[in-house]
Amino acid sequence: QEAKTSGLPEYVKIVEVGPRDGLQNEKVIVPTDIKIELINRLSKTGLPAIEVTSFVSSKWVPQMADHKEVMRGIERYPGIQYPVLTPNLQGFHSAIAAGATEVSVFGAASESFSKMNINCSIEESIDKFEEVVKAARNMNIPVRGYVSCALGCPYEGNITPAKVAEVSKRLYSMGCYEISLGDTIGVGTPGSMKRMLEAVMKEIPLNALAVHCHDTYGQALANILTAIQMGVAVVDSSVAGLGGCPYAKGATGNVATEDVIYMLNGLGINTGVNLYAVMEAGNFICTALNKKTNSKVAQASSSIGTLN
Amino acid sequence: PALELSLSPQVSAAAAAAGAFPKRVKVVEVGPRDGLQNEKTVVPTPVKISLINMLSETGLQVIEATSFVSPKWVPQMADHTEVMQGINKLPGISYPVLTPNLKGFQAAVAAGAKEVSIFGAASELFTKKNINCSIEESLERFDEVMTAARAASIPVRGYVSCVLGCPYEGKISPAKVAEVSKKMYSMGCYEISLGDTIGIGTPGSMKEMLTAVMKEVPVGALAVHCHDTYGQALANILVALQMGVSVVDASVAGLGGCPYAQGASGNVATEDLVYMLNGLGIHTGVDLQKLMDTGTFICNALNRRTNSKVSQASCRL
Repeated sequence: QEAKTSGLPEYVKIVEVGPRDGLQNEKVIVPTDIKIELINRLSKTGLPAIEVTSFVSSKWVPQMADHKEVMRGIERYPGIQYPVLTPNLQGFHSAIAAGATEVSVFGAASESFSKMNINCSIEESIDKFEEVVKAARNMNIPVRGYVSCALGCPYEGNITPAKVAEVSKRLYSMGCYEISLGDTIGVGTPGSMKRMLEAVMKEIPLNALAVHCHDTYGQALANILTAIQMGVAVVDSSVAGLGGCPYAKGATGNVATEDVIYMLNGLGINTGVNLYAVMEAGNFICTALNKKTNSKVAQASSSIGTLN
Repeated sequence: PALELSLSPQVSAAAAAAGAFPKRVKVVEVGPRDGLQNEKTVVPTPVKISLINMLSETGLQVIEATSFVSPKWVPQMADHTEVMQGINKLPGISYPVLTPNLKGFQAAVAAGAKEVSIFGAASELFTKKNINCSIEESLERFDEVMTAARAASIPVRGYVSCVLGCPYEGKISPAKVAEVSKKMYSMGCYEISLGDTIGIGTPGSMKEMLTAVMKEVPVGALAVHCHDTYGQALANILVALQMGVSVVDASVAGLGGCPYAQGASGNVATEDLVYMLNGLGIHTGVDLQKLMDTGTFICNALNRRTNSKVSQASCRL
């Protein structure tokens, strides 16, 4: 019998991806000191994990060109994880030299997406990650694995749950401690989320799974709720919903951390995160970016001035 | 690709077979009334009529057309008689109108209305501030409408506002919502639409409230009317569906801000709701593309951006 709203996890870990995934998909290049200020503010909200930057070539991702300065410049609070993206061994070594103590690798469940994004097949990308994971294991550095296009691909359309399970299993077996399943273009709905998770959960323990939902079609919270109902207890989100969708001009991308926390608070699920503090950090970065927040909670609260 | 994904027969059949959700959901379109009523720009009558006519072509079965309320209170709905008389009424589609009192009811029927709605609330303070009387007194007023409607064989839909929270009272007890819903149902309303008026509900409070209400009103007579002011609408609707609710109110393009939080959004967008229901393999009969086109039309007329994420994402197509 499907669990409805009972049997939810008591605690959900929020992985804040605003400074990396969020800013990476914002047009305006953010000065280094603003990035550092944002991360420092986020560190004071109770968030347990904050994705800081990406050690990728600045030729590909100019927004992340200051990865070393950011990594070295932020305050590192005890108990908070500060993972960084490392697409290859070179990036990994650079990250370690800059003080990183956790890294992430990005796979995809779609061959076309893999080819278009990093110009190689899924298999080839996994070989590259294997180098990173090996090096990381030698240094006791935990590695998080992302699987993109888990609910659909901008090029291939439908993605089979079996494929997602297969790629997730490869990353997990190789040594990733957690697999974050990404609905990269936000096309998923609770039905496809459920089917995909059912397939993946056959291969990977529940406590090693996370969901990374995009809100491009407004489905993120419903999809996250579905995942939580199935026992997933790690959710990625982005302060102020930073980060548009590179595949749908003008559309939104990441789900807003504030809106996720609002929902989890209402469900009585503990996150350890102070919603007001996150809203303040969101307000800070939106002012710096000269843009309106994508968080509905922030929009509603700024007009009322207070939350019930 | 997204539209194809949500509509592919394979996906739909597999999802419907999952069994946890209703197979069909009736979408009640409230854009022309609730939506426009909460938009600042007063919309010309011909535009309202075109909007409703376009909605009539999308497959929607219920379209709330207007409100027979005094134009002193709601200037946007001053043209209620013209709208009611001007729209194409397609067979098989219901065009309910709001009738806050007997006078409004009579005017509605004279203008050709075949279904009406009345609005109660689960909060005393909200009722006092909104219509200057107590809940009990408001129900007495509605009794007049109910009696007249029964005599004319006109079905009446009941709304209960503030079911998950009140802008004045804050928390609202599920028991109170159940009590007011039961009264309105016993009075003769064929359906009770439970409204999260300020959008503060979350799946937890939705579940609690529905559990209480379902003890008093059969689930087949229940609808949910969720506002997206805090981004929670689709998650709340999902929970309602899981509990067996199969009627959902929504507003094309997410028309209608929140009168209690300036600049914040209000109604959930019909496009986003239909997208989710399609993905779940739940039948609505609604053509999403035609719906999006209608949303584009009214947003152009209002000179505003859509609140529908599906529309925003698809506009490059």
